[in-house]
Amino acid sequence: MSRLTVPVSKRDHLQGDPKAPLTLVEYGDYECPHCGRAYPIIKRVQARLGNRLCFVFRNFPLNEIHPHAEHAAESAESVSTHGGEKAFWAMHDMIFEHQRSLEDAALARLATEAGVDGKVVLSDLAASNFRDRVREDFMSGVHSGVNGTPTFFINGVRYDGPWDEADLVAELEETLVHLA
Amino acid sequence: MTQLSHPLPAGTPAPNFTLWATPDQKLSLDELRGRLVVLVFYPADWSPVCGDQLALYNELHSDFHRLGADVIGISVDGVWCHTAFREERHLHFTLLSDFEPKGALASQYGVYREADGTTERALFVIDREGIIRWSYLSPVGVNPGADGILEALESLQHPAAAGSGSAP
Repeated sequence: MSRLTVPVSKRDHLQGDPKAPLTLVEYGDYECPHCGRAYPIIKRVQARLGNRLCFVFRNFPLNEIHPHAEHAAESAESVSTHGGEKAFWAMHDMIFEHQRSLEDAALARLATEAGVDGKVVLSDLAASNFRDRVREDFMSGVHSGVNGTPTFFINGVRYDGPWDEADLVAELEETLVHLA
Repeated sequence: MTQLSHPLPAGTPAPNFTLWATPDQKLSLDELRGRLVVLVFYPADWSPVCGDQLALYNELHSDFHRLGADVIGISVDGVWCHTAFREERHLHFTLLSDFEPKGALASQYGVYREADGTTERALFVIDREGIIRWSYLSPVGVNPGADGILEALESLQHPAAAGSGSAP
């Protein structure tokens, strides 16, 4: 059974109460179509679980097959640093909603929409300022047994089951029952 | 689940092989003596799980290199199939064809699936002296990830670890 080797902490991007009884960590790739499909599912799961769930997104770009994934991840990190977590999540959402055009100029436009000057993000991309940050996420995933994207961890344990809305909600609620 | 395969365990000398790596080039395990070697047996080029598994190892190419390891993928697919697969997926590592006699090498390593005519999804880490130091058999439908390989390779980075013969 694979477990999260790097616990959720302040360095993570999270939505919801960090003290919530349930934590769902996703290792995702912004250019991966499966992650794109998971994106609205996660939104619905969050709506259904409410304050019982904390959601965390970590970067796992597969650059050899997704040429824009690395810059998409770095741009979201750049937006987070310059614009805060609200801007990060706006960027995260917009990237998944525009998965088909993720070249640098498009990422800069999304960053501007998220409230951070697109030129700043472009210069961060050019200087690879957030490459290490993204790689840290990636390697923490590798060491935790992430084997593709998306990979989910529920309360620190890798979840290998199906991740349609009903399946995820059922699994999370069952986890909650075991906690009680 | 019926599990009939018995992959060679840690401590066993790795059976040597000479297999086609490209349409005009063969590779022998002997040539890699002095390097750490990761053998990745997988059922088939192009299958969804295999593609993901190899894509992950591809991303880790520089990390494996830093640890002094060569990754080698092995399946029963023919060398032209491998060539197309490597090119399409931009794979940085060698793929060997265990094609004729089919699955002979996989059988020697204890990871051939007679019923399916493919290899198991199995991993072997071989040390610089040609001894298997870690092996792992994954259910065929499950991508085993890279954490086990990295742990095994990291445990072989220190001179003290050489010769202990135990799996991490």
